[in-house]
Amino acid sequence: MLHLVLFLVFGLICVAGAVNLLLQSHPINSALSLVVVMGSLAVEYLLLGAEFVAAVQVIVYAGAVMVLFVFVIMLLNAGAEEHSKGSIIALALGVPGMLVAAILIAWVLVTHSGVHSVALGALLGHPRDIAQLLFHDFLLPFEVTSILVLIAIMGSVVLASRPEAIEHSKKEG
Amino acid sequence: MVPLPYYLLLSGILFACGVAGFLIKRNIITIFMSIELMLNGVNLSFVAFAAQWQALSGQVFVFFVMVVAAAEAAVGLAIIIAVYRTRATLNVDKVDLLKL
Repeated sequence: MLHLVLFLVFGLICVAGAVNLLLQSHPINSALSLVVVMGSLAVEYLLLGAEFVAAVQVIVYAGAVMVLFVFVIMLLNAGAEEHSKGSIIALALGVPGMLVAAILIAWVLVTHSGVHSVALGALLGHPRDIAQLLFHDFLLPFEVTSILVLIAIMGSVVLASRPEAIEHSKKEG
Repeated sequence: MVPLPYYLLLSGILFACGVAGFLIKRNIITIFMSIELMLNGVNLSFVAFAAQWQALSGQVFVFFVMVVAAAEAAVGLAIIIAVYRTRATLNVDKVDLLKL
C-alpha cells in the first residue's frame, strides 16, 4: 500500500515536472524542472529495487549531465524563447502528435498487458550482483563504452574550442 | 504491489512529453533536454521490465544507456556552442542554411 502511495506521489511529481518543462519559455526553468523529473525517477527506481540505477541516476543524470546543461545555458546567456511563424506550426502539429502518441501507448498497455504487478523487494539490484554482470557477462560492451566516452571527450573539446585556437596550437607544435 | 502497466504508463507519458517538447520547442537547448526526457522514460520501462522478469541485465542496459546519454550530452552541447559561435542564435528556425 505504502509502495503504491509512494509510486503515485513521485509519479505525479515526475509528470508535473515533465509538463512544466514544456510550458516554461526560459531554458533555465526547463532545466530545473528536468532535475525534478530525474530526482523523482530515482525514487521510482528505488521502489523497483534498483538501488544501483537510482544512485547512478542521481550522480550521472541529475548531477553531471544537468550541471553541463545549466553551465551551457549560463555560458551562452540563453534568454526566453523567441516565437516565430515556425513555432505556431510546430505547436499546431506537436500537441495533437503528443496526444496521439500518449493515447496509443495507453491503449496498447490497457489492451495488451495482463494483470502483472511488481512487488517491493522481489528483485534487489544489489551493486555486487550488478558488478558481477557488468564485469563478467557484459565485459566487452563495458570496455567499448570506455572508448566511446574517450572519443566523446575528444570530440567535444575539438567542437567547443575556437578555430583560431586550433590554428595557433598547430603553429606552436 | 504496483501493477506493471502503471510504470509503463508513466514511462509512456514521459516519452510523449519528450516527443512533444522536441516538436514544440524552438530553443535548441530545450529540444536537447526533451531528448534526455525521452531517454529517461525508456530507462524507466527497462527497470520495470527487469523487476517484472527478475532479470538484472535490464538494469545493466540502463547503465549503458546512461553512459551513451552522458557522452551524447557532452558532444551535443559542444555542437550547440559551435552553432552559437557561428550563427549567434539558439533558435532552430534561424539555423536554416540548408533550406532553399
